[in-house]
Amino acid sequence: MTNSPTNTPQEVDGNRRDFLLISTVTLGAAGAAVAAWPFIHSINPAKDVLALSTSEADLSAMEVGQSITVKWRGKPVFIRYRTEEEIQAALDDDQADLKDPQTDAERVQRTQWLVVIGVCTHLGCIPTGQNVGDKRGNYGGWYCPCHGSHYDTSGRIRVGPAPLNLFIPKYAFTDDMKILIG
Amino acid sequence: MKRTQSSNRLVQWIDDRLPIFSYADQNIIAYPTPKNLNYWWNYGSIAGILLVIMLVTGIFLAMNYQPNADVAFGSVERIMRDVNYGWLLRYLHMNGASMFFIVVYIHMFRGMYYGSYKAPRELLWMIGVTIYVVMMATSFMGYVLPWGQMSFWGATVITNLFSAIPVIGDYIVLWIWGGFSVDMPTINRFFVWHYLLPMILVMIVVIHLWALHVHKSSNPLGIDIKTPQDMMPFHPFYTIKDLYGLSLFMIVFMYFVFFQPNFFGEADNYIPANPMVTPPDIVPEWYFLPFYAILRAIPDKLGGVIVMFSGVLVLFVLPWLDTSKVRSATYRPIFKQLFWIFVANAIFLGWLGKNPADGIYLILGRISTFYYFFHFLVLLPLVGKLEKPKPLPSSIYEEVSKKCRAKED
Repeated sequence: MTNSPTNTPQEVDGNRRDFLLISTVTLGAAGAAVAAWPFIHSINPAKDVLALSTSEADLSAMEVGQSITVKWRGKPVFIRYRTEEEIQAALDDDQADLKDPQTDAERVQRTQWLVVIGVCTHLGCIPTGQNVGDKRGNYGGWYCPCHGSHYDTSGRIRVGPAPLNLFIPKYAFTDDMKILIG
Repeated sequence: MKRTQSSNRLVQWIDDRLPIFSYADQNIIAYPTPKNLNYWWNYGSIAGILLVIMLVTGIFLAMNYQPNADVAFGSVERIMRDVNYGWLLRYLHMNGASMFFIVVYIHMFRGMYYGSYKAPRELLWMIGVTIYVVMMATSFMGYVLPWGQMSFWGATVITNLFSAIPVIGDYIVLWIWGGFSVDMPTINRFFVWHYLLPMILVMIVVIHLWALHVHKSSNPLGIDIKTPQDMMPFHPFYTIKDLYGLSLFMIVFMYFVFFQPNFFGEADNYIPANPMVTPPDIVPEWYFLPFYAILRAIPDKLGGVIVMFSGVLVLFVLPWLDTSKVRSATYRPIFKQLFWIFVANAIFLGWLGKNPADGIYLILGRISTFYYFFHFLVLLPLVGKLEKPKPLPSSIYEEVSKKCRAKED
C-alpha cells in the first residue's frame, strides 16, 4: 500500500475498486428504479377516478326498438331494447361467417336487452345507430363512420377493419328495470 | 479539440460528428479540479440535483394540479388524498424548495467566505446571483398555487410591492393581476410562469457552469492553479465526494419529507383562500424573511421597497465592493470575523422578519438592516485596503503535500 498522493485511480488495488464500483452502481440503479415507481404510479388512475367506475341505468321508460346511451368510465354504453325481428336476425346469424365468432346468447343476459360498449374496436370512434334516422350499416346494428365497420343487431363485427365485436361491459340487473354497469 | 480516447468504433464515429464523448471527458471525467476542495464545495452539485428533483416532482404534480381559483385548493387536496403517491410528490416538492434555498444560501456564503467571486470569476458570481433572483420569483409563484390563505395574501402583498412605483405603480399591479385583485387570471399566469421559469433556470445554470469551466473551481486556499500537480481529475475523486455529500444531504431532506413534512410551511395555508379576510399573522416563506425584515424596517412605502430590492441587488456588485486581492478568508483575519458577523446578522434579520414589526423588534430591525448595508458598502471596501493579509502558500500542491506528511507522521 502506498499513501503518496496520486493522480490516477487505476494504480491502486484494482479488485477492491471493482467491487466498490459494481456494488455502488448496482445499489444506485436499484435505488433509482424504486424511486421511479411513485412517479410512474402517480399518473395511473387515482382513487377518486377508480371510485367512479359504476353507472346505473333505468330501463323502465324505454319502448321496444328504442336505444339509450349511458356514460360509464367516460365511455358510451349502448343499451338497445331489441325488437323480435332484431333478436331473430341476431340468432339467425349465429352460424354465419363471423370475424369474431360468438353466439347471440353469449352476448346477452336477457334476450331483449343488448348492452355493449359503444366504442368501435378498430380505433375507438363512436359508431352511429343510436338515434332514429342514424345510419345502422348493412346488418341493422351500428355503423362506424370513421373507417366503415358494420356491426349487427348483436353488436358483432360483420364487415370492415374492426377486429372484434363490440365489447360487453360487466353489468347486472339490480331489479327488473334497472341495471348497474361496472 | 481533443479526440476521444475510446477505441469503440461507434463512439469514434459519433464523436467525430458530435463530440459529446470528448466533451464529457473534458468537462466531467478528466476535468481538472483543485486537489484541496473541502465539503463546502459540495453544495453546487447538490443544488443542481435539487433543481432536477424540483423539475421532475413539479412536472408530475402539474399533471394533476388545476390552475383555476375555483378548484386549485381542492386539486391539491386531491393530490394529497387520491392521487397515487401524490402526498410524496407534493412533500418532496414543498420541502425540496426549502432545501434548495438552504443549499443555495450555503453555496453563496461559501463563495463569500472564500472570495470565489473575485477576478476572474465576477461573471460566474453575477450569473449565480441571477439564478438566485429567478429562484425567488419561481418559489414565490409556486407558493401561490395551492391557493390557501397564505398563498392568496402572500400574492396580494408581494404584488402590491410594485404599487410603490410612482405614477405607473397601480397600473403595473393591475397588469400583473390581470384584474382588480388577485384572482382567476393571476393564478393562471402564475402557474405558467412557475412552470416556465425553471426551464429558464436550467439554461442559466448551464451558463453558470460554462463560466465555471473557463477558470475552473476556486479553492479554500484562494490561490490560482499553477501546475498540473495542483489538480485532480474530477472523476472519480469528486464524483464520489459529491455522491457521498449528496447521500448525507438526502438523509436530512428525507427526514423532513417523511417525518416533518409541514415544518417549513404555515398552517394557515391549509385554509382555502378567502379574499374577504386576511390571516392575523402573515409572514412569507422562511427564505424571504431577512428581506421582509428589511422591508419593514423602513418607515416609507417606496423607500422600503427600494431598500429591500437593493438588499438583493447589492450582491451583483459584490466583486467590486471587496477591494482585497486575497480571496480566501483563511488569510484575512479581520474579514474572517466580519464574515461571521455578517452571517449572524443575516440570520438575525430572518428571525426579526418572523416577529411583529413594532417595539424593540422594529429598533433591532433598523440596526440590523443598517449593518447589512454597512458591511457591503463600507466595511468590505475599507477592510480590503486596511487589512494586512497573512502570507499565502506558494502552491496548492505544496500545501496538500504538507498536510499529507503531517498525517503520516
